[in-house]
Amino acid sequence: MDLLAQADNAVDGLKALGAGLGYGLAAIGPGVGIGLVVGNAITAMARQPESAGMVRTTMFLGIAFTEALALIGFVVFILLNFA
Amino acid sequence: MSDEQAETGDGASAGADHAPERDIAFDMARRSLWVFPAWVVVSGFIWGVGGALSSALGYVLVIGNLAAAAALMAWGARTSPVALMGATLGGFIVRLAVLAGIVLAVSQLSIFEPVPIAITIVASHLGLLGWEIRYVSLRLAAPGLDLQRPGKEQK
Repeated sequence: MDLLAQADNAVDGLKALGAGLGYGLAAIGPGVGIGLVVGNAITAMARQPESAGMVRTTMFLGIAFTEALALIGFVVFILLNFA
Repeated sequence: MSDEQAETGDGASAGADHAPERDIAFDMARRSLWVFPAWVVVSGFIWGVGGALSSALGYVLVIGNLAAAAALMAWGARTSPVALMGATLGGFIVRLAVLAGIVLAVSQLSIFEPVPIAITIVASHLGLLGWEIRYVSLRLAAPGLDLQRPGKEQK
């Protein structure tokens, strides 16, 4: 009986560990992506300041799409931890 | 988006205070008002009161996340390129941490339902972005077709 309880605890712990690690790992890709988007947007704005409005618009949308990946990781974190 | 200058490329001439990010975030929040109440009602039917409240929380998280990103980027763009980079990347980390903190705090409540909040976060974020990008793409591709909204004065 104790063994079963310990196994249950271990499963819960591993689930929480997996959820946390998954969330962190899922944020790495979008972090790199956002860095690339913003870096290139700043380059574009420096080269063509007159197009800054358009660049910022597309940059924001690009960042939001990239961030969707992190949000999917966040959703997996929620489902693993609480569902 | 409420200001055509953001999409037509002459945003830099609109002055330092003009923030296309803020316009986009506001536009997305405004569009979501058409869909969000219906989804909360549907969630209420499927998962009960907890489901409706969790859906509402998911919606608030998504819109708040976009609004915070827009505000940070507008501030960064106003300040300097370095501030823009720092605000965007630093803001990304901080916003993810805040989202996790809010959900962890709310998960202690008995009314918390993970499935509707998960569906709401992914579907509303991607759905609103898809909706907005169609609008922005059209205006970028054909700025000549960009008509003023009723009640807005012509520049």
